Amino acid sequence: MDSGKIVFSGLDIEIGRGAVTAIMGPSGTGKTTLLKLITGQVGADRGQVVVDGHDVARLNRKQIYALRRRMGMLFQNGALLTDLDVFENVAFPLREHTRLPERLIRTIVLTKLHAVGLRGAASLYPQQLSGGMGRRVALARAIVMDPEILIYDEPFAGLDPISMGVVLRLIRSLNDALGITSIVVTHDVREISQIADMSFIIAEGKVVASGTTAELRDHPSPIVHQFVDGLADGPVPFHYPAAEYHEQLLGGKVFA
Amino acid sequence: MNAILRDFVQSFLAFLERVGLLVRFALRLAVILPSALMRPRPIIEQVYNTGAMSLVIIMTCGLFIGMVLGMQGYDLLTRFGSEEYLGTATAVSLLRELGPVVTALLFAGRAGTALAAELGLMRATDQIAAMEIMAVDPMRRVVLPRFLGGVIAMPLLVSIFIVVGLFGAQLVGVELFGVDSGSFWSQMRSSVELGDIREGLVKGVVFGVACSLIAVYEGYNAMPTAEGVGRATTRTVVISAVVTLILDYILTALML
Repeated sequence: MDSGKIVFSGLDIEIGRGAVTAIMGPSGTGKTTLLKLITGQVGADRGQVVVDGHDVARLNRKQIYALRRRMGMLFQNGALLTDLDVFENVAFPLREHTRLPERLIRTIVLTKLHAVGLRGAASLYPQQLSGGMGRRVALARAIVMDPEILIYDEPFAGLDPISMGVVLRLIRSLNDALGITSIVVTHDVREISQIADMSFIIAEGKVVASGTTAELRDHPSPIVHQFVDGLADGPVPFHYPAAEYHEQLLGGKVFA
Repeated sequence: MNAILRDFVQSFLAFLERVGLLVRFALRLAVILPSALMRPRPIIEQVYNTGAMSLVIIMTCGLFIGMVLGMQGYDLLTRFGSEEYLGTATAVSLLRELGPVVTALLFAGRAGTALAAELGLMRATDQIAAMEIMAVDPMRRVVLPRFLGGVIAMPLLVSIFIVVGLFGAQLVGVELFGVDSGSFWSQMRSSVELGDIREGLVKGVVFGVACSLIAVYEGYNAMPTAEGVGRATTRTVVISAVVTLILDYILTALML
């Protein structure tokens, strides 16, 4: 990485076809970087990312774009195009990549919007949507090209419990109905454990635990225990490294 | 002394690096230019966004600059008893210098900042990344139409500025100070050469390329934060203004 910090070292993850795989970990462990590696937005200094038999780092721009056409991604904030309305946002990949007649585009877009429950919001602009609605529109856009792999970056961040439940069910039902491979990066352990087939917990640049929800719950590692149970203290410290508290309060240097 | 020299060398190298990146950016635009011309609709939309939306400010400023030229020109020419040359004087100064230069400066402030802020915000809200994931090249889909829109709009704006400026000069010179209308227009027609008009239009095109390129480059490469977008817009105005004036000197020297 540019800052010279090593994000991953010795990371080894295998994601099964057709399953919902959760990738969890404390904030700042590079979960989003992992997604960028899978989609070829960044390259790794060492090691390999293989998607469906292709080493992502070895593909040229054209091949990466061809690979990305088989992927869909849901961004943390939706990343809808603000100058297009909901309908055109969902239609965007179809218009860019296909020459389908307008009638067919209309049918596909309305079907996908119906799947996320927002057929009635087709004429709204992204600014008029709530966070949860925006996320669902982005989801409709992500599935409009019928991808084989669907990647979710923090799909639950900032959502109210109802929207969260809706998105959660959508992830599972889309996965099963369309037979896609879902990769969900999140730190909402409780939510994702309801739907994930397989989970990986990443900390300090490598996988510290992996398995099904039940296996993780009984995992002996203290860091997994801390993460799954949401404890403030444990192997991942609550405090950022600092000088001794009393020394700093009693007039010593401000910074360690 | 050594430190000053080292600073100078370092900032010079940084400057060269920026120029290199800008040239690479421009070359990439040139490579994808032919394919973008196949889809004229986004380009037309951007001509509207950058050109038509700048009309009010361009026409207002053109009118007042023309009126000031009329006033100053009248005052100067009456000293030599040759106020019938007012038409020629204002036309030549508007066509060759004030028209293209002031339009470029206003364009940088109105359309250039809007372009840079829009692209910077698209970067900050992941819209650019979302396009890349959807296998849509943002340079082709977003940057190039905006660049071309600016390039096409600028000579048109320059022409409109000059026409409105001439009207302003006529308003003050003929209607207010009583210069003979016939000599105002006929002197202008007989002394203004095709070369004067060509100089104005060539400058308009060159400034259009420079200002649009700087705006889209700064916006597209903005840091994805509120501060980064602000800095990109500021840089757009400052760099465009300086580059416009330097290019103006070079073009004037070449075309005299």
